[in-house]
Amino acid sequence: MITLTHYLVLAALLFCIALVGIMRRKNLLMLFFATEIALNAVNIAFAAISKYYGDLTGQLFAFFIIAVAASEVAVGLGLLIIWYKRRGNIDLDSLQSMKG
Amino acid sequence: MVEAIAFYLFAFLTVAMFTITVMSKNALYAMSALAAGMIFISAFFFLLDADFLGVVQIIVYSGAVMAVYAFGMMFLDTTKDVKEKNPSKKIVFFLSGMVALLLVLIVLSPIVSDKVQALYPISHDIGNAEAVGIVLFTKYLVPFEVAAIMLLVAMIAGIILASKRMDESITLKIDQEIERSKKEQQ
Repeated sequence: MITLTHYLVLAALLFCIALVGIMRRKNLLMLFFATEIALNAVNIAFAAISKYYGDLTGQLFAFFIIAVAASEVAVGLGLLIIWYKRRGNIDLDSLQSMKG
Repeated sequence: MVEAIAFYLFAFLTVAMFTITVMSKNALYAMSALAAGMIFISAFFFLLDADFLGVVQIIVYSGAVMAVYAFGMMFLDTTKDVKEKNPSKKIVFFLSGMVALLLVLIVLSPIVSDKVQALYPISHDIGNAEAVGIVLFTKYLVPFEVAAIMLLVAMIAGIILASKRMDESITLKIDQEIERSKKEQQ
């Protein structure tokens, strides 16, 4: 029998995989991939809660998250391409122009 | 029983695919693994009776988002391996391991809100897509329209950002060279 806890633990696990990606990646494109994983992990948790509490609101929030993720990709990739045209690489270390 | 088998199978596949995405040195492998993981995630939505969400997941993520990433990678050099220097792998894995442990503990702890009242109960008379539509176009109409405007803004921003000086910099010149070539033309 699969309970809500199963799904929530899976979502937490996927979120932490995304967290590892966010912390160890230096390439900005790979960082975007990791954020997509994090958003998907949250979507699983929303859908599971929606099923086990018998409430549709969770699914609707997942829809809005998908819309936000789609627009994030469009704008983020545009910025990434501009940055690559300027600097020739998308390394996170090259982003720091203000040496503090 | 079938549900349990499907859950564990897809859980294993999703975790494996996303681990490849996070660990792979090749950007193309990472993207392919991410696309596969997105499709496997839609299986969970079908298991959870959220049919419409599963379909949207396949169409939007595996279709649109992955296509945008694939087009974006044409601008970037993806054939060579991604070079990353990680000063301390230990800290990264320690921190994320701790967060994982903390999250699992939070999730496993008895949920206090056992008496949650469903605002929009799932009825079994109508299909999932129909039920989602009814709630989306009554209670969530304003957020829906705002999301539509947000997508429009993102589309225009993406077009303008990516097409900036597209006629000039196919050879990926840096700004100074572009300015110089402009002056030479004059």
